[in-house]
Amino acid sequence: MSLLIAFVASMLVGCGTWLLLQRRLSRIIIGVGLLGHGANLLLLVSGGRRGTAPLIGVGDAADFADPLPQALALTAIVITFGVTTFLLALGFRAWQISNDDVVEDDVEDRYIARRAQIDREVADEIEAERAQAAEEDRR
Amino acid sequence: MFVLLALHLLIGVGIVASGDRLGRRAFAVAALAPLATVVWAITQADAVLDGRPVVVEVTWVEQLGLGLDLRLDAFGLAMVALVSGIGFLVCVYAVGYFSHPKQGTARLAGLMTLFAGAMLGVVMADHLLALFVAWELTSVTSYLLIGNDDRSPRARAAALQAILITGTGGLVMLVGIIAVGHTAGTYRISELLADPPSGGVISGGLVCILIGAFTKSAQAPFGSWLPGAMVAPTPISAYLHSATMVKAGVYLVARLSPIFATTGNWRLLVLVVGATTMIIGGLRALRQYDLKLLLAYGTVSQLGFLMLLFGTGQYQIAQAGVALLLAHGAFKAALFMVVGMVDHEVGTRDIRELHGFGSAWSPTLVVGVLGAASMAGLPPLFGFIAKEKALDGYVEHGDFIGSGAIVIVIVIGSILTFAYSARFVLGLFGVFGTDDADPRSRAAHAPSVLFLAPAAVLTVSTVAAGLAPVLVDRLVRASTLALQPGVTPSPVELWAGFNTALVLSLIVISTGLVLTAYRVPLGRLQRRASDAISWIPSAEQGFLACLRGMTDGSKRVTALVQNGSLPIYLAVIVTVAAVAPLIPAVSVFPSLPKLIDAPIQIPLGILVVVAALGAAVVRRRIAAALMLGAVGYGMAGLFIVQGAPDLALTQLVIETLATVLFVLVLRFLPTKWADRSPAIARPIRIGVSTLAGVSVFVMALVSSAARDDVAAPNISEEMIARSAPDAKGNNVVNVILVDFRGLDTLGEITVLLVAAVGAVALARTGRRRLIPGRREQGHARPDQGAGS
Repeated sequence: MSLLIAFVASMLVGCGTWLLLQRRLSRIIIGVGLLGHGANLLLLVSGGRRGTAPLIGVGDAADFADPLPQALALTAIVITFGVTTFLLALGFRAWQISNDDVVEDDVEDRYIARRAQIDREVADEIEAERAQAAEEDRR
Repeated sequence: MFVLLALHLLIGVGIVASGDRLGRRAFAVAALAPLATVVWAITQADAVLDGRPVVVEVTWVEQLGLGLDLRLDAFGLAMVALVSGIGFLVCVYAVGYFSHPKQGTARLAGLMTLFAGAMLGVVMADHLLALFVAWELTSVTSYLLIGNDDRSPRARAAALQAILITGTGGLVMLVGIIAVGHTAGTYRISELLADPPSGGVISGGLVCILIGAFTKSAQAPFGSWLPGAMVAPTPISAYLHSATMVKAGVYLVARLSPIFATTGNWRLLVLVVGATTMIIGGLRALRQYDLKLLLAYGTVSQLGFLMLLFGTGQYQIAQAGVALLLAHGAFKAALFMVVGMVDHEVGTRDIRELHGFGSAWSPTLVVGVLGAASMAGLPPLFGFIAKEKALDGYVEHGDFIGSGAIVIVIVIGSILTFAYSARFVLGLFGVFGTDDADPRSRAAHAPSVLFLAPAAVLTVSTVAAGLAPVLVDRLVRASTLALQPGVTPSPVELWAGFNTALVLSLIVISTGLVLTAYRVPLGRLQRRASDAISWIPSAEQGFLACLRGMTDGSKRVTALVQNGSLPIYLAVIVTVAAVAPLIPAVSVFPSLPKLIDAPIQIPLGILVVVAALGAAVVRRRIAAALMLGAVGYGMAGLFIVQGAPDLALTQLVIETLATVLFVLVLRFLPTKWADRSPAIARPIRIGVSTLAGVSVFVMALVSSAARDDVAAPNISEEMIARSAPDAKGNNVVNVILVDFRGLDTLGEITVLLVAAVGAVALARTGRRRLIPGRREQGHARPDQGAGS
């Protein structure tokens, strides 16, 4: 573990996040890739000191790097690849449909947020009832 | 006891399930359940009144102390007399009331039976949580009963308001019950009574419990739902909203006051709320033209009165409470029934449209007058005895702060009660009838014997208990003893001697007569006064404002949080994920490790960082993808330095493949793009990204330092040791993947497979629009899963 590696991991995650927050799907995918690299590096350095490759019969077992984080990181690399592939297919499809890869705002969410005022609420109903009752009383 | 509850459930569900087939006969069937309860209660009465409660305990979850503990003591018996006695009479009455059953009438009978069962559960439960469940069931059945006419918006609104208020109160009460029960170590009322707990948590919990009781018993400022609930048919109003359900809050206060009256602010809260409710309810009742609403506000006032009597924790005053509870149940139910009869036969209950009745109505009017007289507290009726006892209790035994003020409140409240009772009677006789209204009441058909009988029975009991208090003496005294064991309640008498209470009663009656005589100028005065204070929001307006504020608030929050923008969602998620681990990490921040492990790390690190920055800023898609590839190759180098050749190999293969895929897809897209984001987005993105980076930096340092501290042999050493002998493999990483953690790898392959299927499906969906041979990226994947 060294400061440099920690710094590299943080830079990868920082750049990845920056790209993740963009509107272009292709940039987001690249951001996911960078984030994946940062996470793998973090996983690996969290495993402690560096050492020799954990191959039995090659070198002293006491000098081995921790094999477990390596196994985890290996899994993570492959999974990240799977995710990237799927996102790329999504980007491809987005281009097929719209000739672009902009992630637009969710129309339904926007609609829900704006239409809110039109709903007739419970309070309105009760109030209308009371108003009607008061009207009857006055007559 | 469980058999009785099951009987209610069975009959109730049976009637509801049978739909409208039974018509009004459903009420005759429904009457069986309360009748059986009354018979059973009579057989048990002797033992219970002697102080030997009937106890049934069923353990449910022993470890949590959860049990369905039922316990019928004398006070419970008094409540059963109300719930099942009046329940039976109301069922009989309803047969006459619903002479022309409409759709859904039979359902009322079923729901009423279910309600009666739930209410029995409330008064029999010894375990506070069991009580809570039954309590909520009464709220739910009440909601269904009020809103039974589901095509009337008014009924729906009233039902909704009722359940919103009582339901919220019930939830607050649950918090209080848990606070009290958890702190005291027991949820059983009898055990709490034997060993009263105290402390800050208990005091807070009690306030919550009181809020539940206040909402249920329509106390100020939560009482706005009860007048609205009067849209329900009159039998329902007579039963739930005057005789039984609204007494549940009073019942709970009565049960807990002997335990907690001096704990925290219990007594102060109950007395202030009860006094306010009693006066406001009385004033409002005095202004009503609708006989039913008059009774409803009168009920609110009387519930406040009952709170004043039960909330002190003094048995002499609580004894009056028991008497008033019974008296009120009898006269108020009878009065509601009279109003129902008038409504049924005349078609109105507005006193401006009543012009007196024919002679055939005399028995009905006698019932109404006697009921109102008992409500007003005239001798020699049961209501008089209860009121005397209350005044006497407060005057002679009220030795706590504010008891004098409460006496004045009770006197004023009683004067108002007298006044609105008189208004009821005068209204019944047509004194308020206006000339332009049709005098149809004079020609109205008188109610049948069966229709009148239940109210007559209640009236007879009111008169009998007044003339011969010895009839109820044993029950009242035993109930007081049940509430507070070891005390010596005084006998219930009609003539208790010439004492202060009697003088006060005389003042009440004479002042009430004066108010009645001057009712016209008084009404004008009251109208002017209420106009003058109309700027003060009423409880009703407060409720609506709360409701509106809540829906508006949730709309605003939804519009803000769920705004549809993916970058904003992600920014929020990343910020939380970055900040949350930072907070604990800062406290264990280690000393900084050395700058580098090996010199080769420097060029590799520079390569990775520069490529990452490049990928972040370049404005060409392909260039960014190539930069990402460069990062991957740099990572492979770092892996080798770290001692992970397997990782490096995988990384190289995967990176190559990924780059190919990127190029395949990105070549379709335009090479450049225009950034249309608002100016504010840039600093926010930079801020969030920096935060994420810093968080990872700190986590890397903290987690690797934490790893160095591990003293015991860690799991990896075990894996290294067993790799060759157990798994016959020398590459420990591979052995872990395919053997020690083989299931993980299986999961990983599954994920890849799913991703591959998804990607292929997406790529093939629109392939007809493409030139043949350009759908490669869907096919390369499955091989890689095995490669790991």
